[in-house]
Amino acid sequence: MGMPLAEYVRTLVTPLNVLAAAILAYGIPMIVIRFTGGLSAVTHASNEYPWSILLGWGLFSGVPLSATGYVMATAVYIFGFKKYHPLVRLGVLTGFMGYLFAVIYLLIDIGRPWRIYYPMAVSYGPTSVLFLVAWHVALYLTVQLLEFSPAILEWLHSRRVRRWAILITVAMTIAGVILSTLHQSALGAMFLLAPGKVHPLWYSALMPVFFFVSSIYAGLAMVIAVSTVLARYLRDRADRQYLETLDPLTVGLGKGACVVLFVYFALKWIGVAHDDHWGLLATRPGAWFLAELLLFVLAPAIVLTLGVKRQSARIVRAGAFWALAGVILNRLNVSLIMFNWNLPGHFHQIVPPMREAGIVLAVATIHIILFRWIVNRMPVLREHPDYPDHG
Amino acid sequence: MSRRSCLKALGAAGCTVLSVGAGKAHAARNFSGWPDRFGMLVDLTECVGCRGCEAACNRANGLPAPEVPFDEKSVFEEKRRPTASAFTVVNRYSPKDGPRGPVYRKVQCNHCNEPGCASACPVRAYTKTPEGAVLYDKELCFGCRYCMVACPFYAPAYDYGSALDPRIEKCTFCHERVKAGGIPACAEACPVEAVRFGRRKDLITLARERIRKHPGRYVDRVFGEHEVGGTGWLYLSGVPFEQVDFPTDLPDKPLVEQTKGFLSAVPLVLVLWPAVLGLCYSAKRYKEEER
Ligand code: SF4
Ligand code: SF4
Repeated sequence: MGMPLAEYVRTLVTPLNVLAAAILAYGIPMIVIRFTGGLSAVTHASNEYPWSILLGWGLFSGVPLSATGYVMATAVYIFGFKKYHPLVRLGVLTGFMGYLFAVIYLLIDIGRPWRIYYPMAVSYGPTSVLFLVAWHVALYLTVQLLEFSPAILEWLHSRRVRRWAILITVAMTIAGVILSTLHQSALGAMFLLAPGKVHPLWYSALMPVFFFVSSIYAGLAMVIAVSTVLARYLRDRADRQYLETLDPLTVGLGKGACVVLFVYFALKWIGVAHDDHWGLLATRPGAWFLAELLLFVLAPAIVLTLGVKRQSARIVRAGAFWALAGVILNRLNVSLIMFNWNLPGHFHQIVPPMREAGIVLAVATIHIILFRWIVNRMPVLREHPDYPDHG
Repeated sequence: MSRRSCLKALGAAGCTVLSVGAGKAHAARNFSGWPDRFGMLVDLTECVGCRGCEAACNRANGLPAPEVPFDEKSVFEEKRRPTASAFTVVNRYSPKDGPRGPVYRKVQCNHCNEPGCASACPVRAYTKTPEGAVLYDKELCFGCRYCMVACPFYAPAYDYGSALDPRIEKCTFCHERVKAGGIPACAEACPVEAVRFGRRKDLITLARERIRKHPGRYVDRVFGEHEVGGTGWLYLSGVPFEQVDFPTDLPDKPLVEQTKGFLSAVPLVLVLWPAVLGLCYSAKRYKEEER
């Protein structure tokens, strides 16, 4: 590094790093406890609530937030919106890392993580929606790694292999869209098996459609969010093109997200009408449902509209973060908050214990650290000088 | 280049069709259960709440000794559900529309005709046997607990305390005993025959007959006859079922039907998407070449 060790260590002591260290110091031992004392040592461990925040956040929220890869690749390579090119690699990397960590949360949660490949190789349960999810997440993880591989290969200076990697881009993009369509919606379809447990306002035959459509705007909003944060904290890793085009591109992405949000908003009402659940809206869960829909779907949609109208990247960013909060809230509602909503002691069950929250925070922190490590080294926010016009 | 990558895309998609399409045959097949399978009839009006079935189940399955002994009535203070070390539990209710005394309800896996747990499991760890039991194979299970999410009766339990060897635990319908010509331990132990073992279709006839003979004693419903496609265990009650915590909002169709629509849309996406996207891509290339 070219500086004395002590000095180097001192540069590491920033408020954010201290926070990260504190989280890891608490969370990592909790992961160890999970694998020595069982899930009951860190979660509420209830037979009525098999899934807790570990999956509610890690899998059900993490996967839609990782729709970044397929939305960006489709926009640029299939539809030909060339100007978004500077954001494609970022989208693919965010997506890949999101899926990778969804799997990591899963490995912490499931009983025998070393059997994770069983649905792929040992015993097939084709009637299971989770079987589909398992296959598609595994395949899509591979596809995304291939999609991101040009960046890795440029970093490794492997010119020949990189050429091959570029060649398969379109095929990989198409495969990625198919896989994403199916497993994003499959995550919603998983809850179709629990008609008595998910509150009827959230339970709908259209759940797969809801999950898929919301993943599109989640992906767009996530690209806005991540690109904003990086432009702020890793500014020196980005090239001029990235920094200069970011604002107009943000507005453009916001426009897309906004349209999809309105579509989703309409679809949700079609869902209520389809099941004729109007009466339920006047109940307490109904108020919560309206809050989700009006405050976390309609409101960010309006903010985005405003941002697009005024061509203001700042307003669009606010709308994007807001929309993301809405997606997370929706996934938590389906998988946790409105799951078993009528069981006694429900509230206690949906608030995770400190230890479990520690695990979630620790994994999220590792996620961010690894992400930063990659963006620091590989050409993600910039073009590699030796490879202009990447992929 | 444009045509080549298009072909490649279609090829890749084709492989996916094959890998998942192979499974479709299973998802779509209809299963009406084994005609001669066994079931149980639980008559809530007979049950005296002695917890003899709990004790018998504990012994038959070699489960750990309970924290409070089986003749202790204080357990009725709260509503319990089956756990990894108690495959069946009895709960006490004082329903408002009931007869004078309390009503007891035994809870365990209902051994559904088309079990939700089995259609949830991604590694097919569950099998519905011709005898009627729904069995679980711990050698295949990887502990995702989707079966617990899917079971409408909260029957499968998980030993959360085990770090490296966790498994699902639930009632086995005493499968080994039944195959050897015996009857399940709980039915054998019940002093008042509130739990009765027999062929499922005979038990339905019996239940219907009881309702017809004693219309004042029973509500006119055999719980389990149709719920989620029918369950192996059937129930008669003197009070409305929802007052003793039966889930009464369940569809009559098997749970697997709820996901069938989605699963059959899968091949459609697999075929249509590549075509649509390929077209978009070719259109884009064409426009670029024009320029
Ligand atoms: S009661 Fe639950 S565990 Fe038992 S067979 Fe039915 S779905 Fe499976
Ligand atoms: S926990 Fe085991 S048995 Fe239950 S669905 Fe998952 S793999 Fe199958």
